[in-house]
Amino acid sequence: MTTHTVSRRDFVVLLTAAGGGLLLGCRVGDRSGTATAAAAAPPPAFAPNAFIRIGTDGRVTLVMNQVEMGQGTYTSMPMLIAEELEVGLDQVQLEHAPPDDKLYANPFFGDQETGGSSSVRAFYEPLRRAGATARTMLVAAAAQTWDVDVASCRAKRGVVTHTPSGRTLSYGALAEKAAKLPVPEKVALKDPKDFTLIGTPAKRLDKTEKVNGTAQYGIDVRLPGMKIATVAASPVLGGKVAALDEAKAMAIPGVHQIVNLGDVVAVVADHMWAAKQGLAALAIRWDDGPNGNVSTADVVQGLDAASQQPGVVARTQGHVAEAIAGAARKIDAVYQVPFLAHATMEPMNCTVHVRQDGCEVWTGSQTLSRAQATAARVTGLPLEKVVVHNHLLGGGFGRRLEFDWVTQAVRIGQKVEGPVKVVWTREEDMQHEFYRPYYYDRMAAGLDTSGKPVAWSHRIVGPAILARYLPPAFKNGLDSDAVDAAVFLTYDIPATQVEYVRHEEPVLNTTFWRGVGPTHNIFVMESFMDELAAAAKADPVEYRRALLSKVPRARAVLDLAAKAAGWGRPLPAGHGRGVALLYSWWGSYLAEVAEVEVSKAGEVRVHRIVCAVDCGTVINPDIVTAQIEGGVNFGISGALWGEVTLKNGRVEQSNFHNYRVLRMNEAPTIEVHLVRSLEAPGGIGEPGTSITAPALANAIFAATGKRLRRLPVKDQLRSA
Amino acid sequence: MATLNINGRDVTVDVPTDMPILWVLRDVVGLTGTKFGCGMALCGACTVQLDGQPIRSCVTPVAAAAGKKITTIEAIGETPAGKKVQQAWLDLEVVQCGYCQSGQIMSASALLAKNAHPSDADIDGAMSGNICRCGTYPRIRAAIKQAAKGA
Repeated sequence: MTTHTVSRRDFVVLLTAAGGGLLLGCRVGDRSGTATAAAAAPPPAFAPNAFIRIGTDGRVTLVMNQVEMGQGTYTSMPMLIAEELEVGLDQVQLEHAPPDDKLYANPFFGDQETGGSSSVRAFYEPLRRAGATARTMLVAAAAQTWDVDVASCRAKRGVVTHTPSGRTLSYGALAEKAAKLPVPEKVALKDPKDFTLIGTPAKRLDKTEKVNGTAQYGIDVRLPGMKIATVAASPVLGGKVAALDEAKAMAIPGVHQIVNLGDVVAVVADHMWAAKQGLAALAIRWDDGPNGNVSTADVVQGLDAASQQPGVVARTQGHVAEAIAGAARKIDAVYQVPFLAHATMEPMNCTVHVRQDGCEVWTGSQTLSRAQATAARVTGLPLEKVVVHNHLLGGGFGRRLEFDWVTQAVRIGQKVEGPVKVVWTREEDMQHEFYRPYYYDRMAAGLDTSGKPVAWSHRIVGPAILARYLPPAFKNGLDSDAVDAAVFLTYDIPATQVEYVRHEEPVLNTTFWRGVGPTHNIFVMESFMDELAAAAKADPVEYRRALLSKVPRARAVLDLAAKAAGWGRPLPAGHGRGVALLYSWWGSYLAEVAEVEVSKAGEVRVHRIVCAVDCGTVINPDIVTAQIEGGVNFGISGALWGEVTLKNGRVEQSNFHNYRVLRMNEAPTIEVHLVRSLEAPGGIGEPGTSITAPALANAIFAATGKRLRRLPVKDQLRSA
Repeated sequence: MATLNINGRDVTVDVPTDMPILWVLRDVVGLTGTKFGCGMALCGACTVQLDGQPIRSCVTPVAAAAGKKITTIEAIGETPAGKKVQQAWLDLEVVQCGYCQSGQIMSASALLAKNAHPSDADIDGAMSGNICRCGTYPRIRAAIKQAAKGA
């Protein structure tokens, strides 16, 4: 047994060696998962584009512009490149891209952004082209070396072979020569039938380090001389510090400094324990400002009032008002969904080192260039003086598309000598989120004498996140995200209308939440469709199916899910099955059947979920399946219990005891069925979440006869 | 000053005795595989083993570890159960964001070390204190069963 006394100086040295998170410690095939400093890597001999570097030593480095937050991007993006580059996934190492919109912008959004279930859709061709370009040049270099026709050369696993003679050259040996060749403007991509990697359940490249504790998240950053800070921002949006007891906090051993920025206070210490105790000792009193009396009921009242007015028309077909007026039956309903927290397992954190001449930022961000830009704005430094090191994300779900915690950390870092890691407590995280907005929807439909819908009207009321986040995407008063899915209604109904009423309630910050529009619209649409089926006394699957003759992909997933779930087979008393269908901007078709049991006490138990998925061309079927499994479970948490409420301007939830999320003993069996398809790839990270709430609500209706038009389910069945 | 036995090594640290083990591991000793999630023993991200028992290090003070052995994710692969669990996690592609998985593996390893063939109810009992926001529960359950098969 060895004894080792850890001094401050020791641990600083030790941790520098462990890597400041400069490079993802994901060296495939290297089981130790050691982090490598970028500076230590040999200069690349061949870098034909921003995604690929090949050294003379044969080392193939793939630069990941889309970030890894669990969705498997650090496997699917390498698969796209490796397929065309002709290297094995066991031959590559990955590196986080730096912020650079010119090189790495997501074409959907115009900046470097990982969100909207878009990575595969956005980069399916560009990354294959990047790989094919590099391979074309390496093969040309080999052909030149041997003075043979390029057509007689083949590349495989990082080696070019001259087929007639059997001569070979490795990519490393060819790198320098290839680098001198012109980059071809056009290259041929493989015919999908020739794929050897795309479409296979290749193993995740980030898994080894995630099971042995070496994976580096933002919160794991350690730097020489680094202090650790924790913070309290005003519990009410817009509030200010009224008073605090600085002396008491400074008396805590290990506390070095109190940074009071007016709207937020940080305690800077040797370690988180001292910082937390220091924060408690401050006993901050807040001046709440104008929002100090706001409660959830005020927000709902505002939304309800706004919903009385017509909105911007997002979709219209036929004459809805006339069709409803002339219908044999009219059905109306109001649906509501609550504010939701993302509650990523890794709380918000950011390490900064602000100097006179530059600023370094270490964090896990879904939007690196925005993180860089905010640091530049706060410090007044030019963009190129701000270096951002990205990390693996301990959950994103849209929360890390924001950068408020980066802004805050840089402001704090300006007051601190040397590097400081700012870590939010869970309570701080849950109460200072950017939440999924509260939405308030008015639905109306007309049925003919046979019960078939002849008119469908959907009015959506909520904030315009895009107007703030991506202004060019907010056009003519319409937030295309808020109405996503609603405008793509797949059912064949003669008269349809979707309206959007923008209504801002600036008492909480709001943002994307594993989707936004579809997370509420699919719940509303599919619950309401179930209401129509019930009114028509029709089977929910048959009723939908009859309206899908023009959308065969939608009908196919519905049929597949219903069959796999044993739709129609008898269930015990208290159990029920519910179905839901999804199509949206994501481009994927999903159908889901949920089987639930509702106890006499009104508690819901989800037994089984069957989900049929047609997401077009599949890059990695196992990752698609995993994303559906995870998305479903995320959706169950939200639908059954997820709710952030306000009282006196403050978020009432603080930690996992009062923001309940799904646990192992509550998790259902999940079966995922993938449809084989050659259609363009669709998004897959978010749909599993959106489709689950309505499937559950419809199953609850089947089990109890109670229609839930408001989420979460929580105790709504208690009185039933 | 306190002396802790961490992964088979005695480490002397200058910290108050009421300081939770989590922060000693992460901020003083530099073992960052153990994660901070909630600070209230509600999520299990900080799970380590104390003499083989899974504990929430975010609420367990240094004083509670006196004379006991702390095992963290960095060394659990050196135990027979931990090795099997890690292998099963790899074989079944359990991880997504991965942030909770250190804690999941520490809880699962402790379960398998004392119960070679856990039932579904045993798995529920041992694992329900570990939250996974990515929702990897079906694979965690399957991986525990697979690791048990290799017992």
